[in-house]
Amino acid sequence: MTARESLETSLVGSPIERLEDAALLRGRGCFIDDVHEQGMLHAAFLRSPVAHGRIRAIDTSGARALPAIRAVYTAHDVAKFAKGSVPTIPLRLMSSPELVPFEQPVIADGKVRYVGEPVAMVVADTAAEAEDAIEAIALDIEMLPAIANRRATVAAETLLFEKHGSNVAMHYEAAKGEARAQHTPYVRRERFAVQRHTAVPMETRGLLATWDGASARLTVKGAAKVPFSTRRVLAKCMELPEASIDLVELNVGGSFGVRGEFYPEDFMVPFAARTLGRPVKWIEDRRENLLASNHAREMDCELALACERDGTIVSLEGDVWVDAGAYVRASASIPPRSVAQSLCGPYRVPFVRITSHLALTNKTPTGTYRGPGRFEAEFFRERLLDMAARELGIDPVELRRRNLVSPTQLPYPLPTMTSPERRSELDSGDYAMALDRCLAEIGWRDKAALQGRLIDRRYHGLGVGCFVAGGAAGPRETARIMVEKDGSLAVYVGSASVGQGLETICAQIASDALRVPLERIRVFHGSTSYVSEGFGSYHSRSTAMGGSAILVAAESLGKRVREAAAQRFACPREDITLGPELRAEHGGRSLALAELAGDGLSAEEAFSNAHITYSYGAAAAHVAVDARTGHVDVLDYVNVEDVGRVINPLTAVGQAVGGIVQGLGGTFLEHLQYDDDGQLLTASLADYMLPTASDFPNVRAVVLEHARSPCNPLGAKGGGEGSIAPVAGVIANAVASALVDFDVQPRELPLTPQRIWELIHDRERTTGSVR
Amino acid sequence: MKLPAFGYASPSSLSDAIALLAAARGTAKPIAGGQSLIPVLAFRLAKPALLVDLRNVPGLDRIRIGADGVRLGAMVRWCDIEADDRLRCAHPLLVDAVSHVAHYQIRNRGTVGGSLAHADPAAELPGVAVACEAELTLMGPQGSRVVSASDFFRGALSTVLTDDELIVEVRLPAWPNSRRWAFEEFARRRGDFALAGIVAFYDRDASGRATNTRLVAIGTAQYPRRLRRAEAALDGSPVDEQAIERAARAARLEVEPASDLHASADYRRSLVETLAERALLEARARADQAS
Amino acid sequence: MNEARSIRFDLNGKAVQIDVATHRTLADCLRHDLLQTGTHVGCEHGVCGACTVIVDGAAVRACLMLAVQADGARVTTVEGLASGDRLSPLQTEFRRHHALQCGFCTPGILTTAHALLTNEPDADRPRIREVLSGNLCRCTGYVPIVEAVYAARDAYRSERGTDS
Repeated sequence: MTARESLETSLVGSPIERLEDAALLRGRGCFIDDVHEQGMLHAAFLRSPVAHGRIRAIDTSGARALPAIRAVYTAHDVAKFAKGSVPTIPLRLMSSPELVPFEQPVIADGKVRYVGEPVAMVVADTAAEAEDAIEAIALDIEMLPAIANRRATVAAETLLFEKHGSNVAMHYEAAKGEARAQHTPYVRRERFAVQRHTAVPMETRGLLATWDGASARLTVKGAAKVPFSTRRVLAKCMELPEASIDLVELNVGGSFGVRGEFYPEDFMVPFAARTLGRPVKWIEDRRENLLASNHAREMDCELALACERDGTIVSLEGDVWVDAGAYVRASASIPPRSVAQSLCGPYRVPFVRITSHLALTNKTPTGTYRGPGRFEAEFFRERLLDMAARELGIDPVELRRRNLVSPTQLPYPLPTMTSPERRSELDSGDYAMALDRCLAEIGWRDKAALQGRLIDRRYHGLGVGCFVAGGAAGPRETARIMVEKDGSLAVYVGSASVGQGLETICAQIASDALRVPLERIRVFHGSTSYVSEGFGSYHSRSTAMGGSAILVAAESLGKRVREAAAQRFACPREDITLGPELRAEHGGRSLALAELAGDGLSAEEAFSNAHITYSYGAAAAHVAVDARTGHVDVLDYVNVEDVGRVINPLTAVGQAVGGIVQGLGGTFLEHLQYDDDGQLLTASLADYMLPTASDFPNVRAVVLEHARSPCNPLGAKGGGEGSIAPVAGVIANAVASALVDFDVQPRELPLTPQRIWELIHDRERTTGSVR
Repeated sequence: MKLPAFGYASPSSLSDAIALLAAARGTAKPIAGGQSLIPVLAFRLAKPALLVDLRNVPGLDRIRIGADGVRLGAMVRWCDIEADDRLRCAHPLLVDAVSHVAHYQIRNRGTVGGSLAHADPAAELPGVAVACEAELTLMGPQGSRVVSASDFFRGALSTVLTDDELIVEVRLPAWPNSRRWAFEEFARRRGDFALAGIVAFYDRDASGRATNTRLVAIGTAQYPRRLRRAEAALDGSPVDEQAIERAARAARLEVEPASDLHASADYRRSLVETLAERALLEARARADQAS
Repeated sequence: MNEARSIRFDLNGKAVQIDVATHRTLADCLRHDLLQTGTHVGCEHGVCGACTVIVDGAAVRACLMLAVQADGARVTTVEGLASGDRLSPLQTEFRRHHALQCGFCTPGILTTAHALLTNEPDADRPRIREVLSGNLCRCTGYVPIVEAVYAARDAYRSERGTDS
């Protein structure tokens, strides 16, 4: 039975209720702070109160004197442990030698470079006492000027890394086409900016590390997203073999890219556990989470779009500046690459030269957040298209249609990225079909008459945008299927659960592939003890990669079952047929799986993938703007996305709707604001505003299965990050349409009421000094 | 963000509560619903040595309606105001303003006294209290005193309450049926503190012209104050479009908002004008319904 | 100053008695002293609503209450909503509507919705959204949560008059 043949759809494609839900609904999930272990101690971090400075002295005597305090650690202690120097955190993806000087030390070492950088760690009997002790540490810092914006970065009057000589860590280039056209009839140059904001999952980070001195084993609970990679880094820092470290994934309260990467605390907490010989727990509080978990999205650009008079795109060129914060952390190389490569989207662009610059500032370091670089690129490009359309007198929908890559042109090459070099191509899809479906869903034609109209004190407008979203990054994912004694199946997969319904998806796939009922399958995920190698959940890959690995493992298990049955029946393996529930049959005799279980049946396989696959779609919005207050009401928002293969329609739509609302938060509400001294002004949920249930009630998502991915046996393209990307561009286009009488052209996010009011009242805002 | 350690007392009489506060000489804080105080402690912006919990002090949670108006005990919660049907007629402005306060869970614990004592510049009740010229009864070791709302607030998060005093009750003067009123606020999301808000009402004289106009802005100054020039612009007028626009423009000129993280001074001024205009239109529309 | 008090209250129908520090929040007491970890802590400053529990019939933020203030009260947490192995009608609707993904905000939303529907079984969608605007969710975008609560109304209408 091949993997493909086994896909007689029964569960795959069904909107079954999730397996995860019963426990979570009862409050019987197990999140990291729910874990209580005998003898557990609690860690807290003293974090730098200033954005830039040289550490002169750290006086921990006040903290050590407190009765409940077990230890206080600084760089001095870590350096001693690590044979002389404080370890730094390497990049997980797309590393290059140029970035190594900017890696973050696991604890501040001589200098502090952002407010929130860990300077000392306290371990105490209780979390409250650890927090009390933090206040008793005296920090003497010689303050240095803070670099709080791109101008200061480039001026380089102050350097974050004195040895380096500049505050720009790296440049990337996206290039396509040989020669720029000599003369194009129309060129539109614009500057745009996206604000700093980030994932803010409802559960903050946390870890519980235990060192078993007798067996020299380190166990760290609270892992997420990429536990195998984290283990690799930890093993190196700790000078332990990987095999003696277990990273255990529990329930995870959302990640969206931000949780799970290697952070300073991922070394410090296990270090404390190992040094003290006691379990050490650390739970990030919300203020820390806003200060210390990866930030994202802060980019500004200058772009030039060149077209023929009929709107046919000729070239896209320009520069994007990415504010990376004070260090280049584990996933920091992705956004600048992704924004450059995503700027063309699903459109034909013969000539591309985009340079993205990774700029350092004295702010919290950044990383990937759902649709990294894509949310930004979609905003930049879709705004540019609408502005060009208006100036050229072409209908904005028509302009898009003229330029969308057509199915006959696929595969279509995307710009090639440098450093390291990566080529990619749009794989399969009917982009115009998705656009048409989206326009139908929003009722574009019927509502066209509303554009710019004042009704009941509000101006109405509609906007549209098209997108592609790359997913299923390789190189591999691993799954292992084991037959338990009672004939039930345990499926272990290297993918990580971040709340997306992974167990259910995997169980559906396994159930169909093996024709074993759902009740006889249990799925285990994420922890490093489950499979020999894993890569994890990012880049919308867990269905395509983890799911495909399960298919391959299922095929392999089928072979093992037939081998075991062949031995029992003393016949060739080829003569065994497998019935439902892997019942082995031969000439009238049969064996249930439970009867073969004693043979230790299991199969572990990896699925490899070298090609990114692209989900695609379009989104549209209908807004009503109160021109006097600047408030925007989103009357309707629809996202249409083709993901190739839908394993569970309930969860697929659920992900899409969640992504839309996160995108609306990034468009209107969320902003990590800094002052000129590098102080984060929005360090609580009262000031950092997340969408609530009453803000965006009118959002909906349509998920299609039209163009299978050619890159994996499931045909799945990955669907977790598509819907967030087009939101800002679509909304900004709708607002511009609504306020066409005022000639309002949004170029910066977030679209706060004040910003819209200022645009209407013609208050100048520069895009150069973006914070 | 664990709370710093503190002592705790839950006295069963008002005099005991005051005695505890007095004995602590400024190192104690009273706690009512805790919805404003506990976040302050969680951020370690204050570290009182003692919390004096008012939950067991009797008689502070009554809503009394009589000829002299509406008396709200300091421990009356927002949900109690919502649940008291008499208030819909007895003080519709209060009910409407309170419907904008925070969120469901906060409204089950947050109190009238807590809100007035905390004195957030964007809070609704202080704005209503000032507009209505409410009277607060304060009790301290020396006995009780009555302070008018316009004298009670001194600055952002600052009132005339001394360390050993408690708010016992706030009295809103009787509300005539014929009064025209509106409450308008603009916040980023439902339940957020207002970027700006307007409390507006007026009565009518024999010829139907506005009299006794009250206009108070919240969120645009350190504490709420009556906008007397804007009020004067409406008084004596037939409350037509021109008069409303004049009053709204005057309100915009009269406020002196600050720029902060959430809004600039210019934008706040513009909001004041828009909200004042819309509030007065709404108040007038109420008049048309009633007559 | 690190005082402890002995408190007694009813937790999900059972009497509990425990010594707590006076600065212990109700949320931490439930989670770490009584090991009822269903109630989650998301912000500790009264904004996210993940810690919502029901005290004397009213939904409140457990991170904004001191444990000592629960002395003598009747407290219901998410663990008290199901009866034995059977999910409550509200929990069942959540599952049916896919109203949870990571599940971290879910307990606080369940208790809030339970308190709302117990008191207002006819709550319409705008009212449901208004009440739930005090509970943050980052995964679902709220749409399925509102539908699940709306669908659960029938069960509360037929039980009108019963205590929570």
